[in-house]
Amino acid sequence: MNLTLKIWRQSGSSDKGRMVTYRVEDVSPDMSFLEMLDVLNERLILEGDDPVAFDHDCREGICGMCGMVINGVAHGEQRATTTCQLHMRHFEDGAVITIEPWRAAPFPVIKDLVVDRSSFDRIIQAGGFVSVPAGSAPDAHAVPVPKEDADAAFDAATCIGCGACVAACPNGSASLFTAAKITHLGLLPQGQPERDSRARAMVEQMDAEGFGGCTNTGECTAVCPKGIPFDTIARMNADYLRSASK
Amino acid sequence: MKFRRRQQQEPVAPSPSPSPSSSVSLPVSPPRPGTYRTGEPIRDTKAPSGPVEDRWDTRRFQAKLVNPANKRKLTVIVVGTGLAGGSAAATLGELGYKVKSFCYQDSPRRAHSIAAQGGINAAKNYRGDGDSVYRLFYDTVKGGDFRARESNVYRLAQVSVNIIDQAVAQGVPFAREYGGLLDTRSFGGAQVSRTFYARGQTGQQLLLGAYQALERQIAAGTVEMHTRHEMLEIVVSGGRARGVVVRDMVTGEIETHLADAVVLATGGYGNVFFLSTNAKGCNTTAIWRAHKKGAYFGNPCFTQIHPTCIPVSGDYQSKLTLMSESLRNDGRVWVPLRKGDGRAPADIPEDERDYYLERIYPAFGNLVPRDIASRAAKNVCDEGRGVGPGGLGVYLDFADAIARLGRDAVEKKYGNLFEMYERITGENPYEVPMRIYPAVHYTMGGLWVDYDLQSTIPGLFVIGEANFSDHGANRLGASALMQGLADGYFVLPTTIGDYLAGAGAFGPVEEDDVAEARKAVQDRIDRLLSVNGTRTADSYHRELGRIMWDYCGMERTEESLRKALERIPELREEFWNNVKVPGDAEGLNQALERAGRVADFFELAELMCVDALHRTESCGGHFRAESQDADGEALRDDENFAYVAAWEWTPDGPVLHKEELDYEYVKMTQRSYK
Repeated sequence: MNLTLKIWRQSGSSDKGRMVTYRVEDVSPDMSFLEMLDVLNERLILEGDDPVAFDHDCREGICGMCGMVINGVAHGEQRATTTCQLHMRHFEDGAVITIEPWRAAPFPVIKDLVVDRSSFDRIIQAGGFVSVPAGSAPDAHAVPVPKEDADAAFDAATCIGCGACVAACPNGSASLFTAAKITHLGLLPQGQPERDSRARAMVEQMDAEGFGGCTNTGECTAVCPKGIPFDTIARMNADYLRSASK
Repeated sequence: MKFRRRQQQEPVAPSPSPSPSSSVSLPVSPPRPGTYRTGEPIRDTKAPSGPVEDRWDTRRFQAKLVNPANKRKLTVIVVGTGLAGGSAAATLGELGYKVKSFCYQDSPRRAHSIAAQGGINAAKNYRGDGDSVYRLFYDTVKGGDFRARESNVYRLAQVSVNIIDQAVAQGVPFAREYGGLLDTRSFGGAQVSRTFYARGQTGQQLLLGAYQALERQIAAGTVEMHTRHEMLEIVVSGGRARGVVVRDMVTGEIETHLADAVVLATGGYGNVFFLSTNAKGCNTTAIWRAHKKGAYFGNPCFTQIHPTCIPVSGDYQSKLTLMSESLRNDGRVWVPLRKGDGRAPADIPEDERDYYLERIYPAFGNLVPRDIASRAAKNVCDEGRGVGPGGLGVYLDFADAIARLGRDAVEKKYGNLFEMYERITGENPYEVPMRIYPAVHYTMGGLWVDYDLQSTIPGLFVIGEANFSDHGANRLGASALMQGLADGYFVLPTTIGDYLAGAGAFGPVEEDDVAEARKAVQDRIDRLLSVNGTRTADSYHRELGRIMWDYCGMERTEESLRKALERIPELREEFWNNVKVPGDAEGLNQALERAGRVADFFELAELMCVDALHRTESCGGHFRAESQDADGEALRDDENFAYVAAWEWTPDGPVLHKEELDYEYVKMTQRSYK
């Protein structure tokens, strides 16, 4: 396959940035999207150009490090798929592909396609945990958890923190990310003691980071590589309201 | 007699460089490839004596305590934020120490522990199927092919039960039964059901538990987090580990961080093979730098080849993807009976299929340990019965499981794995059998540590996959998560206290020692940027990986290892004279990061081959073709090799220190899974 790539290049946070066009040839349909970029970068290095910076690590769809907006869609058009799991067999020969970083004020660009997502960590710091120091836990079978609760908690807990939800949201909201954690812990008996304070602190931190509000557009779940359910946001709002009314 | 610790410091840049104008240390090959010297044996690992079941209690009681007011004045650096490092940093913070945590990713949540799929072992015996701490201990020692320490493994089995309690209390959503209790499954190398799991994402859920505990401590101010920082050198002063030199990967700044103790939790070195199931960023730099500063390297040649990975599809391949071994619970492994049978799998009738694991190992069948399953796959492919491109693959077939349990039940258990497979290969495993092939997955070797998880540099502790300690020559499935969390939540926080109780006498860090470490880092970066040759670091890495896979991979011979030991130094020299690293050291430069890691892989690769060459026996994941029985099974040589090979780095080549292994409880037998 031969492709034309239009890639966002930005040398640093103070650079304005621009789209630059590259041709890549002899791409195998079995390559992953990132392997296709590897091939481009190897060539750029040998030609004395600056290779395209992008974040990636596990390349098996679980670490949440990779993420780019491909043809206007966070992680590309294939549903429930991270960028690293996207394969070239889903593109046409001769295609023109645009590649951009996540765009949201709380995710400033560091270089090219690499953005700073530390705002997500700070939302977790605000309350995305159960306070249980090592060694203080009771026997694991002391509290049975209904299977349906455990399964629903798991579904929310699979969030990989990639930030696609923010990139896709017209408001740049981090609601799906925040709600996933609030739901995961709020559904389990272990998460009950801090349920109210957690929801309040995490939502307030989300706002403080400059993320927008949720207007139920649903773009976030459409691009979420892990299929985090949209109703987690309703749960977050309910928990937040309850905590605010106390 | 107590093991004598290094009194004098190794000079940082002792080896001559090929270019007289440069002061950078370049590795020097021993006079003849593969040669080494033998030094003093290691006689004391600090494990208490007495009955094995009492030893950890004894050590915990004997360990000196640090009073809470003093903990606040003590700084501990933890490098790496996977299961071991994340849990250690969080727990040390909870205890009141000042912790500085470092990771190269943009968030501690991304460490590669996150990719572990199958599960975590624990001797809970919730099934009442005859499990016990002793049985987990026994299985692990046996599974490790009698090259792990009994004291350490027993402690691991003891602590395993606390890990499950801790994780559940944190809100880790393990799989549960309808009654609300925890579900378990069986895994390779065991006949009891002791593996706790969270669908196919157990590592992710456990890591998020540790990550959340860590973030809680960051918010509490006990842990200072440094993301996108890569450790490039360790600061040793007064004979003790006292800090690290790191590079801020965003600004390019070289920073020094000092502490009272340093913990390395930087994972394994499987990426020395270029293609492995590790994340792209996994590297050996932290432990290799420590090794060159005096930390012995234990059993570097013990690498685990995982039997169930998606086969290589082309030259551009950047990594290999594992399919959880839990699939072997319900999938049946087979190849055509006939050589070169090109028919589609569905067209091959039952009586023309060879379910070779069930045939050769009737007692364990498809659940034999990883090393055995991997080698059996290689053997049938070598016979010309492999399937898929290049004949490098075997089938993992779920047709029987789907017929027996129904598609829904199979989907519930393995849905996400099947999806992942389909995404990568474009084939639907509900209809066509998966194709799998072994790939490098885990390294049992790592920095040598004593019972306290302390290396031969006082004050340098090594935990998780980065150390060599608990898995012997082969790790059982679902034991990596167990070890990482055992080290981080329970073992290290106790043993490091014993060391830190003496911190009052450590004295200040010498400025010269810091300057020397910083200079070494700066010189290496300058040198890498100045070569300006004609090949990328990745292309050298690929070639090195190919050498390692062909000559020091699933099967090793004296001839192949000697070939590798000739080729590696040649290629390394070429690398240092011809690598092309673009850009400069200011700001984000991913090519520079990679080049530095490849440089260290070159040196490690050589030590791995030296170790593999010297160990003329076969054991666990280390299969020397010269040492096999009549059935082609690995043949150990307990008389000559029942020891840990702890390698010391010197400018004149490696020095071997042997730590003899005694088995008081588990009788040394040839493993049999037949």
